[in-house]
Amino acid sequence: MSAASQVSPAATPGVAEHRQGGMLAGRGAAMAAAVIFLLLALLPLAATALNDPFLMVTATRIMIFALAALSLDLVLGYGAMVSFGHAAFIGIGAYAVAILSANGVGDILVQAIAAVAASALFALVTGAISLRTRGVYFIMITLAFGQMAYFFMVSLSAYGGDDGITLPARSTLFGAPLLDDDMALFYAVLAVLILAFAGLRAVVASRFGRVLRGTRDNAQRMQAIGFSPFRYQLTAYVMAGAIAGIAGVFLANQAEFVSPAYMTWQRSGELIVMVVLGGMGTLVGAIAGAIAFLLVEDWLAIFSEHWKLGLGILLVLLVLFTRGGIVGGVERLTGRSQP
Amino acid sequence: MSDAPILSVAGLRKAYGALTVTDDVSFDVRPGELHAIIGPNGAGKTTLIHQLSGSLRSDAGRVSFAGEDITRLDMVERVRRGVARSFQITSVLEGFSVLENAALAVQARSGSSFRFFAPAAREAQLNALAMDALARVQLDDRAQRRAGSLSHGEKRKLEIAIALASGARLLLLDEPLAGAGKEETAVLVELMQDLKQTHTIVLIEHDMEAVFALADQVSVLVYGRMIATGTAASVRSDPDVRAAYLGEEEAA
Repeated sequence: MSAASQVSPAATPGVAEHRQGGMLAGRGAAMAAAVIFLLLALLPLAATALNDPFLMVTATRIMIFALAALSLDLVLGYGAMVSFGHAAFIGIGAYAVAILSANGVGDILVQAIAAVAASALFALVTGAISLRTRGVYFIMITLAFGQMAYFFMVSLSAYGGDDGITLPARSTLFGAPLLDDDMALFYAVLAVLILAFAGLRAVVASRFGRVLRGTRDNAQRMQAIGFSPFRYQLTAYVMAGAIAGIAGVFLANQAEFVSPAYMTWQRSGELIVMVVLGGMGTLVGAIAGAIAFLLVEDWLAIFSEHWKLGLGILLVLLVLFTRGGIVGGVERLTGRSQP
Repeated sequence: MSDAPILSVAGLRKAYGALTVTDDVSFDVRPGELHAIIGPNGAGKTTLIHQLSGSLRSDAGRVSFAGEDITRLDMVERVRRGVARSFQITSVLEGFSVLENAALAVQARSGSSFRFFAPAAREAQLNALAMDALARVQLDDRAQRRAGSLSHGEKRKLEIAIALASGARLLLLDEPLAGAGKEETAVLVELMQDLKQTHTIVLIEHDMEAVFALADQVSVLVYGRMIATGTAASVRSDPDVRAAYLGEEEAA
């Protein structure tokens, strides 16, 4: 505790980075996440009171992207792997639902298992190849794999090709159409989001997570004490892909429609923006970033069809004037020093 | 038995194009010995450490450790067998606590790191062994500090503690005194005296005073060639060495 107070506040970028690294050990992140989850859990009440069912639809969509951003934070924030093809995993998960339900398999558990298997396998193969490169080349190769998945789905005319495919119905659980109710879907997504957050928090503090974080900070040092980074980075990449696949399962159900547009490189870019906006390597930041990004997007769209320009300006300001994204900003405002 | 070398280097070579950086280097280090490698700037000392630690592949020659040919093994494999290095430019995990820096090195050799849920920072066994290594370099009172907040001399000590925590029997120390002030140097020299009791050490160092105080054997590297090997006294009086190296130092 006393050690932390001796560290001067983020005077250098290096210090800012390490403050993020310390965040996971702190109670601050867990508390912030608990507040976010609590507010989300109460949201349906507000939606009912305001008689605004669309609120819940928006919130569900936001939570789905928060789940995907959360998984990206594992590779981007904790693994220092700038994956520019993360939307492909969402798309693979979504198509697992679409293809299975088009073939009469509507059970969400079967669909989820297929989605996780397919996205994890795609992550394993593309990750094993991509991780042979570093830096900009890693960004380019993950982008290329993402685009390959995109164009594969575009050409998959049996399942709608470029136009996408409408689901016959939402997924069922043991034959019961539980997710047909928007509120049930909302709480299902919230539960999985909380589970993923808690799980990933444990993972980043575990032996595995410590190796991942150490490799992010100094790969040479990790090799000098006997760790080969590749296996750990690939494992993280596969885990993240699988979680993003789950996000895809929910996205398909929420929209009741799946198209290749889910997996464009713009989508992958937006996920990166969400993580950076919220604060890399904090987990709670990815959730906050997804919420902020999608709310701002909706809000700006009201004013102008050129809302992306406004979004761009906001992002530039954010990157210039805050370090560590939303989490970094909150830390500075509350003066919370991390252990 | 004790005369069998723990580290045996034979005919080691490394060239970058026409520039031969390590030229037919051979030497033996017996268990418990501190073998210093000295030489003017650009002599290829750090390259040699890279080759010994396995971070750089040799063009030719052979490196044996504890009777096993480790020439083709990479750095990770060599660390597992007990060869650990420190870095000339301090290379610690700045954002981690001092304790975690050492605990990670212990973790690398104790069980699988594919454990995903139990918090690693609370593993008593890892922390206890890490504390032992820190105590050895007198950093135990800094255990909870962030490594990045340590002084230069303390970071140099942490470098050594990490190598110790990795369970190494052979320490390859690349200029542990680099950038250390007078007082820090004295402390580090004393520390290395202590390490000699338990570890075999290959030491690369510019500080001649320290080298002659510590070394059992001294090798002199000039333009990648080892021009002399022997006790500190014999190397000191070697005319070639005086001409190539020590003379410059003394004149300076």
